[in-house]
Amino acid sequence: MITVKNLTKRYARNTAVDHISFQVEKGQIVGFLGPNGAGKTTTMRMITCFLPPTSGAATVAGFDVLEQPLEVKKRIGYLPETPPLYPEMETGDYLAFVGKLKGLKGAELRRQVDYVCDRCAVTDVKKTLLGKLSKGYRQRVGLAQAIIHNPDVLILDEPTAGLDPKQINETRELIKSLAGSHTIILSTHILPEVEQTCEQVIIINKGKLVATDSVHNLQNRARGAETMLVEIAGRGGSVDSGEVQRRLERVGGVSRVVMKHSRDGHNTFEVESRKGFVRGDLARAVVEAGWDLNELRPTAMSLEEIFLQLTGSEAHAPSGELAGKGVK
Amino acid sequence: MRNVWIIFSKELRSYFVSPIAYLMLTMFAVIFGFFFWNALGYFVFMGMQAQMRGRMMPMNINEEVIRPLLANVSVIGLFFIPMITMRLFAEEKRSGTIELLTTSPVRDVEVILGKWLAALALYVCMLLTSALNFAFLFKYGNPDWKPLAMGYLGLLLQAGALLAIGTFISTLTKNQIIAGAATFGVCLLLWVLEWVSGYENATWAQVLAYMSVINHFESFSKGVLDSKDAIFYLSLIFLGLFFTARSMESLRWRS
Repeated sequence: MITVKNLTKRYARNTAVDHISFQVEKGQIVGFLGPNGAGKTTTMRMITCFLPPTSGAATVAGFDVLEQPLEVKKRIGYLPETPPLYPEMETGDYLAFVGKLKGLKGAELRRQVDYVCDRCAVTDVKKTLLGKLSKGYRQRVGLAQAIIHNPDVLILDEPTAGLDPKQINETRELIKSLAGSHTIILSTHILPEVEQTCEQVIIINKGKLVATDSVHNLQNRARGAETMLVEIAGRGGSVDSGEVQRRLERVGGVSRVVMKHSRDGHNTFEVESRKGFVRGDLARAVVEAGWDLNELRPTAMSLEEIFLQLTGSEAHAPSGELAGKGVK
Repeated sequence: MRNVWIIFSKELRSYFVSPIAYLMLTMFAVIFGFFFWNALGYFVFMGMQAQMRGRMMPMNINEEVIRPLLANVSVIGLFFIPMITMRLFAEEKRSGTIELLTTSPVRDVEVILGKWLAALALYVCMLLTSALNFAFLFKYGNPDWKPLAMGYLGLLLQAGALLAIGTFISTLTKNQIIAGAATFGVCLLLWVLEWVSGYENATWAQVLAYMSVINHFESFSKGVLDSKDAIFYLSLIFLGLFFTARSMESLRWRS
């Protein structure tokens, strides 16, 4: 649906987007991930024909953004970072205006306005001036104007920025429900958002493409070796942590055991194993030794950590322990 | 064409849902009313004086009331035009709504024409408030309506030209105040350029004087449709809108 080839945007002093290439299939929902200033907005603006690329090409539904911008614009719904609202207009009038701009008329226009109002839950503010809406409503009206002409492609620039947690959830659900009939690219710097809503991730940093893959693959790829946290307590007394360490290391497949902390006879170990199915063996070893197994939990690498690895940032992920592990 | 109409009606509504339109209509009506009252008072005074001296001077209401009034309107237009055009693009650039317009399947030309026509329509509404005063003139006097119509046509063309320039300037900045001030400066300059012809007759002075918008209004206020003046205004309109289109295009390259 969307093909981007060697897309580049250069300004006088810096290169905002540097030879980015990717493809998005029909009906997919793709997360466009990157730290602030990575070039997400610039890339999106080039796909929506707002900015012309310095070099390279982007096509939407087979139409080139430079050669046939009108055809591209007809097929794209775009929600910029700040929803493009006219404060002096009422929600209903505004949506009708946008609908007309996108080429709707008559009964179809009225039907679409009602439909998007319902879909984005803004029917109750249809007669309210846009300037008086709260942030959450503004964002929803922005989303409503993006889907009013039922576009093939939806481009959403940080759709959940500035919303409260409840609104964020609602917006994510709304976006998810739009997938299937629409191809969606959504940019964000919030990682859980991508984990929750997207099938595919495109990670960019400093204008360059860092990774593009499915969320699932990316997590697997970064995991490489599985890591588990094991908390062990002794029956009626403390356990010898050295002994535990030796026992755990003897379990097949375990490559490394590190003592994390020990408190009130509760010892937490971090166990690294090569293959993914040693949990049963670990549990058995602990129980057979007569200890209590309080917790056994795999620590899947969050996108956050993957992201930090891929973008080579020195900042550590909140959980910390996995950052720095190499990704092949 | 449909897109021009969509933009036009939206812009015109924006003027009328905010206080801008009402403020301007009121201000213009009051100022014009004062001018009218003044011009009429002077006319009556001159008529009485002529009677007292006992010899009747030829007096013409078109020449002595309508013509100076129209010239005055042409001047106060300079003050109103920046207020009309300053928001056209500057506001959209500041609030980000320009992204909606430029990513919708409409051409830049259609956006520009729609906005410019809306500005012109507001100016026409403003001029219409002066029709009330003239209605009294026609009720109690018998002026010739043709020079008056020509004068209005001239005002319209002049406003169209200055509005096109104002529209262009509005695309250059995000700040409405800057857009308004710059438009006012340019309009004022285009008005006073004519002064050089008072003492200088070299070619450069003639060129400068030719560029003065007021100079070209004279023939209209006399009730004459001079093609050279009409062409001057029309080409200025074209030039202003052309620059606007180029500026809007460069917006994309620069932003």
